[in-house]
Amino acid sequence: MDFATVIQILDSAVRLMTPLLLACLAGLYSERSGVFDIGLEGKMLMAAFTAASVAYVTGSAWLGLLAGIAGSMALSLIHGLASITFCGNQLISGVAINFLASGLTVLLGIKIFGLGGRTPALSGGGRFGEITLPFADALRDVPVLGPIYSELISGHSILVYVAFLAVPLTWWVLFRTRFGLRLRAVGENPASVDTAGVSVTRLRFAAIAIAGILCGLAGAYLATGLSAGFVKEMTAGRGFIALAALIFAKWRPWNALFATFLFGLLEAIANRYPNLDLGIVTVPSMFMNALPYILTVIILAGFVGRAIPPRAGGEPYVKER
Amino acid sequence: MDKMPKWADVVLTPVISLVLAMAISALVILAIGESPTLALKTMVDGALGSSYGWGFTLYYTTNFIFTGLAVAVAYHASLFNIGGEGQAMMGGLGVALVCLMIDWPHWGIALPAAMVGAALFGAAWALIPAWLQARRGSHIVITTIMFNFIAAALLNYVLVNILRPVGSMDPASARFPEGTHLPALTDMAAALGIEWGKHTPVNITFFIALSACLLVWLLIWRSRLGYEIRALGRSEPGALYAGISPVRITVLAMLISGGLAGLMAINNVMGESERLVLNAVEGAGFIGIAVALMGRNHPLGVLLAALLFGFLYQGGGELALWTSIPRELIIVIQALVILFTGALDNMVRMPLERIFLSLRKRRVI
Amino acid sequence: MAAAAQHAGGRPETAAPHAIELRGISKAFGPVQANKDIDLCVRKGSIHGIIGENGAGKSTLMSILYGFYKPDRGQILINGKPTTITDSQTAIRAGVGMVFQHFKLVQNFTVLENIILGVEDGALLRPSLAKARGVLKKLAAEYQLNVDPDETIDELSVGHQQRVEILKALYRQADILILDEPTGVLTPAEADHLFRILEGLKAEGKTIVLITHKLREIMEITDTVSVMRRGEMVASVETAGTSPEELAELMVGRKVLLNVEKAPADPGAPVLEVRDLRLVDDEGVERLRGISFDIRAGEIMGIAGVSGNGQTQLLELLGGFPAAGAKVSGSIRMNGQELDLTGSRSDAATRRARGIGHVPEDRQAEGLIMDFTAWENVAFGYHHAPEYNRGLLMDNAAIRRDAEQKMERFDVRPRNPNLAARNFSGGNQQKLVVAREIERNPALLLVGQPTRGVDIGAIEFIHKRIVELRDAGKAVLLVSVELDEILSLSDRIAVMFDGRIMGERLPSATTTGELGLLMAGITDVDQHAADEGIPPEHRHVESLPDDNAPGEAR
Repeated sequence: MDFATVIQILDSAVRLMTPLLLACLAGLYSERSGVFDIGLEGKMLMAAFTAASVAYVTGSAWLGLLAGIAGSMALSLIHGLASITFCGNQLISGVAINFLASGLTVLLGIKIFGLGGRTPALSGGGRFGEITLPFADALRDVPVLGPIYSELISGHSILVYVAFLAVPLTWWVLFRTRFGLRLRAVGENPASVDTAGVSVTRLRFAAIAIAGILCGLAGAYLATGLSAGFVKEMTAGRGFIALAALIFAKWRPWNALFATFLFGLLEAIANRYPNLDLGIVTVPSMFMNALPYILTVIILAGFVGRAIPPRAGGEPYVKER
Repeated sequence: MDKMPKWADVVLTPVISLVLAMAISALVILAIGESPTLALKTMVDGALGSSYGWGFTLYYTTNFIFTGLAVAVAYHASLFNIGGEGQAMMGGLGVALVCLMIDWPHWGIALPAAMVGAALFGAAWALIPAWLQARRGSHIVITTIMFNFIAAALLNYVLVNILRPVGSMDPASARFPEGTHLPALTDMAAALGIEWGKHTPVNITFFIALSACLLVWLLIWRSRLGYEIRALGRSEPGALYAGISPVRITVLAMLISGGLAGLMAINNVMGESERLVLNAVEGAGFIGIAVALMGRNHPLGVLLAALLFGFLYQGGGELALWTSIPRELIIVIQALVILFTGALDNMVRMPLERIFLSLRKRRVI
Repeated sequence: MAAAAQHAGGRPETAAPHAIELRGISKAFGPVQANKDIDLCVRKGSIHGIIGENGAGKSTLMSILYGFYKPDRGQILINGKPTTITDSQTAIRAGVGMVFQHFKLVQNFTVLENIILGVEDGALLRPSLAKARGVLKKLAAEYQLNVDPDETIDELSVGHQQRVEILKALYRQADILILDEPTGVLTPAEADHLFRILEGLKAEGKTIVLITHKLREIMEITDTVSVMRRGEMVASVETAGTSPEELAELMVGRKVLLNVEKAPADPGAPVLEVRDLRLVDDEGVERLRGISFDIRAGEIMGIAGVSGNGQTQLLELLGGFPAAGAKVSGSIRMNGQELDLTGSRSDAATRRARGIGHVPEDRQAEGLIMDFTAWENVAFGYHHAPEYNRGLLMDNAAIRRDAEQKMERFDVRPRNPNLAARNFSGGNQQKLVVAREIERNPALLLVGQPTRGVDIGAIEFIHKRIVELRDAGKAVLLVSVELDEILSLSDRIAVMFDGRIMGERLPSATTTGELGLLMAGITDVDQHAADEGIPPEHRHVESLPDDNAPGEAR
């Protein structure tokens, strides 16, 4: 494997990890506030569909992005209504949201575009183009660092950079701001926040709204950045990989970056080498695809560093009597 | 004092939730410019209007009974098993191995063996999440989700690299031999001289599903194991106090749950397709969640809810055939049923409780 | 009676406005009326006690004052001004602070983070934390409230966690501080320290409301006291002008019979022999440090102690369900036979088979399955018994018949075996548990907090049944945090402190003062006072006369 191949695989890993990272951070906000979110997949899927549809109709990827956020946000709102307002089961609500997205996107897709659930292919302004960073071309020929800068770091869609910037931003919000303090508190012990006179409901809704925005970005990137349009079930389990990454990252922003990079890398390798020959054994691509899930189960089992979720996670807050 | 009478809790709330889900589904149909009444009529005609329709409806119902019971049994132990999909997939693998490995002389012998294979494989796939939950406290919802994906990858590998007949491009096993073909209901009816449900997939497994309902009822409400499962589901400290081992019961409940999900493969793999294909389960594992929620985790409720979803599934297929409403409408309906009967349960329950409370107060005065 | 007691606190005595005045507060939770038309006045700069049994509505009333619940009716005046308290934020702004019975702290936050939560200055944390650090230092010096601001809560002892809660209130500049059952989780020394803090706060002009069910504390520290019973305020009096007996009577609404009539014990052979029992929990804390004792047939052995000194672990271990991850050593012999401490034959089912019955401390989480019907609960723990089963299945009809008979004999009301356990009152729930365990005629009965949250009538009934079991030649191990319950029921008393038995006494040859000292881990009075630096005027805490509180504790 030569250097150029390594760069190509890493470049592909960066692209593939972006939706995972955005969805993972979405889950991080939601679960840190004590609302389990297994509906990441559905929100991403809905966002991909609305983003692609609006981008196609208007020819603007940016309007598509807004529509993506709106689509994801609508589902977030349902999740909030069920799990915060009506104290319902957050897991069941998540399951429902995944199905709702899965059904609605195809149903509407067929009715609107008549292409069996796809949207027409996007082109030009309907997609987020690749951004060439300054000096990328000039530095291309510098050995080692040149290709790393011009091919790996430069040349991604704006949403990739947004995703990467979201990591330090999330860390800062979580650990350096009042909002972050309250958010973490409400996920650990909502009664502490309630007795301090801060509304648990408002905080949790704020958290899942942020999750909605981030899932919107993730879905929009899938449909208008990574691919050129919406395809039925195009998230293909990425929401669940993001969930796995969140557990893998133990609900921490920087760890989320590494976890999603690892999972993105696995996907990139599996794509490039369907049957990876390691000399002694041949690793089938199915194994690479399943590896994120297997790793997460191992982490969950607590054999390699225990993953402890936020203490109040999954529990609707009801004032005790 | 209970806030409302039992019948309101068991019957009225799910029915109102269902009505709400259906009303919103009707709105969705209106929104895509179709007629809800026409849609309903098409569905009823297609699913219940002929023995042909019933043949499909009952076939789907059979699938959903198994996956619904699987979710329900685990739920009584307060375990949310979302892994029915993966467990049913593995059940299919178990059935395929039993059917392909041995040259069975008659289905009557092949069937019990295949049932054992299906249940064992399904149960085995539930065992690791169960053990991790019981021993390591790993959240069973997350592990069973992960195991669904791992099952899909494993099945893909086995079909492509091991079970695929030489020369075939399909990721599917060879056809099962003649001696494993289960009698279809239409054949059984024909033996009695009745012409019923020609070319429909419903088969003898339907009766196995019905007896599974009865057995699960006996298990949960009449057996010591069921008593212990319910006790653990309500209170773990209580279970410990009573000498009930949470590890043992968690594992047993999940084994039974996984086994039931695996048994679904008798219907779809052995009874219908007669070979193992990649996406044999087709989401039935997830529909089991809706069925169990709708049926309030009671076998009778599960049976009725499975029938409802069988109707929706067959009716949905007919919709796609005869109208321009896509089949995916049923996924939306399914989502809405899960949402209203599961997650938004309190939205229906709270006002109802208030009504019953004020009714009672009035009676007291 | 109540009218006669209404001589002091009800009306203003001075021109200065009351710190708190409540007028006609009512609150219902569904069909339950938690507060009925409550009036209350609390003088500025005083310590006011609110006393009453479990479920009397004390906590609800104070939660209303703190804005945690909205009252259905009524008016609140703070410092003479009518104040609408819609949520905790407005309560805090009105100068009300509250220390809940269950602390509202974020376990993995530092002390400092917990203190600023909800009252941060600005959107960024750094300046808020710096400011809080300074204020904290001042408060700590002023009121002897030392805690390390950078320690996380889960590293702190319960007593220190409580200090954080008080600091939280003071940081929010509370003038009125409400404490809900603050001493339930404290050792006597910690409780004593808390009282000195409260007196310091009072000296600074703060008003303190102390919710408790312990008469001893009311007599010790309050200036005025109000008594609540079944959601109603039945009296408000000057503490100096009342007596524990009078308060006890007000609490329960009739004369309290403290003594259980029983003949002298006639102990036989040892039934239970416990030797050098040790238990280390999953966090490495040593909960039992070498416990040894015997109980003989026909005697009741009482174990006294502040809750949290290993009694729970002892009961659970004897009952066969020590907490997960606990390491156990030592030996337990039952009628001369060694019991397994680990492995599959150390569970509760095996213990029952050996003739150990158990009325657990927490009947709602352990003793009953609240969603199960009464008849299902009657079989709980004995569901493998042959008479409850027929072949492969359970004989539900037989269980129901048995339940009906037990409910009859133990006068459980309503006498409907098909009702879910949660629909019975605390006393009737406890009777169900006691009926189930005693009617099995166990050789040894373990009883934990038998009368916690149980009404007086049921208490007498349950006490009588326990004595009857003893008289039938069975052994009874009674664990209770209520000293008077221990004193009136036991034939022998052991006191537990910090996982050890500090000593054994005969009830006829000891005093509450002596037991109180043992409960604090002290065998030598003067030595202790010198060690703890308790000034002489506070030393009488331990030797106060026995309070007459009927059983309930937290």
